[in-house]
Amino acid sequence: MSKPITVLVSIDSNSLLLGARHYKNYLASLVEKYNLGSIVDVLETGSFGDYGKGVLFLVLPENTVYSVKSEVDVEKIVLEHLLKGRIARELVVEDFSTEGPVEAKSTTIEERVVLRNAGSIDPRNIEEYIALNGYQGLAKAFRMEPRAVIEEIKKSGLRGRGGAGFPTGLKWEFTQKVDSPDKYVICNADEGEPGTFKDRLIMEGDPHSVIEGMVVAGYAVGASKGYIYIRGEYFESVASLRRAISQAYEYGLLGASILGTDFSFDLSVRLGAGAYVCGEETALIESIEGKSGRPRLKPPYPPVSGLYNKPTVVNNVETFACVPPIIDKGANWFKAIGTKSSAGTKVYSLCGNLVKRGIVEVPMGTTVADLVYKFGGGIPDGRAVKMVQTGGAAGTFIKPEELGAPLDFDSFKNSGASLGSGVILAIDETHCAVDVAKNLMEFFAHESCGKCSPCREGTHIIVHILNEFSKGRGTRELFDQLYDVADTMEDSSFCGLGQAVPVPLRSILDRFKDEFLAHVDTLQCPVGICKFDKKKKKR
Amino acid sequence: MSVVTCPDCENLFAELDRYIDSVKDNTGVLINVLHKAQEIFGYLSEEVQQHVSEKLNVPLSQVYGVVTFYNFFTMKPKGKHQIKVCLGTACYVKGADKIMERLQDELKVPMNQPTADGKFSIHAVRCLGACSMAPVVLIGEDDYYGRVTPDEVSKILDKYRRAE
Repeated sequence: MSKPITVLVSIDSNSLLLGARHYKNYLASLVEKYNLGSIVDVLETGSFGDYGKGVLFLVLPENTVYSVKSEVDVEKIVLEHLLKGRIARELVVEDFSTEGPVEAKSTTIEERVVLRNAGSIDPRNIEEYIALNGYQGLAKAFRMEPRAVIEEIKKSGLRGRGGAGFPTGLKWEFTQKVDSPDKYVICNADEGEPGTFKDRLIMEGDPHSVIEGMVVAGYAVGASKGYIYIRGEYFESVASLRRAISQAYEYGLLGASILGTDFSFDLSVRLGAGAYVCGEETALIESIEGKSGRPRLKPPYPPVSGLYNKPTVVNNVETFACVPPIIDKGANWFKAIGTKSSAGTKVYSLCGNLVKRGIVEVPMGTTVADLVYKFGGGIPDGRAVKMVQTGGAAGTFIKPEELGAPLDFDSFKNSGASLGSGVILAIDETHCAVDVAKNLMEFFAHESCGKCSPCREGTHIIVHILNEFSKGRGTRELFDQLYDVADTMEDSSFCGLGQAVPVPLRSILDRFKDEFLAHVDTLQCPVGICKFDKKKKKR
Repeated sequence: MSVVTCPDCENLFAELDRYIDSVKDNTGVLINVLHKAQEIFGYLSEEVQQHVSEKLNVPLSQVYGVVTFYNFFTMKPKGKHQIKVCLGTACYVKGADKIMERLQDELKVPMNQPTADGKFSIHAVRCLGACSMAPVVLIGEDDYYGRVTPDEVSKILDKYRRAE
């Protein structure tokens, strides 16, 4: 039975860094100490989205959000709020909406589809998920023909949230059409894009939404086995998913004859081992088969020949989490959110030089400026923004005057800002464009799998040239050569990794050409980051 | 059979074998087995790789290929406390390079090399998925430190130095 007062503590990999678990345990010990055990429940929940204000406690039924930064704060909440029923004003987070988590005061408001439960339920308890219409989508799907489920997803306009934006319903249809006794559903949770941490918070805040989406996919395409491929470093997420899977088995939502139907579906977790290229779907499949994660030649695409050469659906965590509410509430409901080409919402990871760093879910078509200033709180320390990388490591850099660009699947074509995996990485004026480019390209050089020479050699040549610039040995010829290498990589790389490297590179070269050439012409780094070899400087 | 070269090896291999026996019938378990092996031994020596190859009936070349392909696996012993510094873009723009420099100064070792007493080793990683806490340092598997400043580095290290 639930108790009159509930304190929800936001626990996820990010808040744990601020001592969330410690404060929660301390809170529980104080509740014990003051004999409040019979009226106060202390529960862990997923992310509230914002980390700018410390560890967040939500006290129900008052809906008061507290920011906790020390044990003293915890004591204050217990003594004032829990014991005396007085709100501890000085710790209250003011701009938190009492209706739902994180609602910024702006024309765009946060709209939660994927994160509908994160931060309000205990992710470790399947019953809380079920109580909020969990597994309703699955029950409804079972009353439909598999073809009708696919039609509904197609009609909703749902497109892949991993970066490429391929229509999900179409992918499922391809898989469904192939006649094969064995088919697979894979969830790509190999979130390795620097700057991205949205999938992790979905898995830690609401793991069952991902599982439910996968079972629906399995039913629609006729697959009976699923894998969640997740980064080995995501310890919390792995534990969260494993716990959720075993509960789903217990409740008959996984395994044989789910919900009394003749449909069976098994699900297990497979660990990645630190290889960015494994986010590429065929490399991911190789890795699940226990091999080195090198991509395969496409076509055939996974819907025709994927895991163990059987038809396979591979979708991102966020994509699967969209599926249950689409089935439950209907395609038209989902389609009404977002823009014409891009239905629904998008979860963004806000990071870099921002006041409020965290995750936020808003309708497709929200502008970069809204994300940076309204949700991200702008740039700290009175500095100016120099550039924003949108979409992730393989996304584009844009300049301050371009921030009005709305983000959706078409924005790359229209304005040059990529949606990608939903990263908004703000970089302030104290950073040098050459240095930022070098750091990013070192990442790609390290993560290139080495299978094809354009990517293996190309990434290293790019790093070498950028290094020359940062040491004061850059030339105009070398600057042009960067474009040549980019062209070659785009045209001839084997997989998406190598083909994508030119995107961020060209965007930063195009927009910061003057700064690159200043390293050549004035023989110094305009921002003072790059340390030039002394010899050259004297000449 | 593998040659036993360390005092506790027999027990460690037995532990690994128990895990392998529990998953052996599944296909594609090599990576999961290597995860377990590295958890048990700390690193994947040639001997351990040979053992895995024999037990799973997978060619040694494939085991070696997988071990060297993935970042997570290591064939060299690492420090008792592995310090992972995130150099992903979000951490980089928040000064992760300064943290890395300070750590190397403090411990007087370059990256990927254990300190003389074997207590620490420093490694660069790309994104730990905690970008809102940038810059992030991870020590061992669970000890995350967020929003680290160079001046906090020696205080953080002291915790582990003292624990000995």
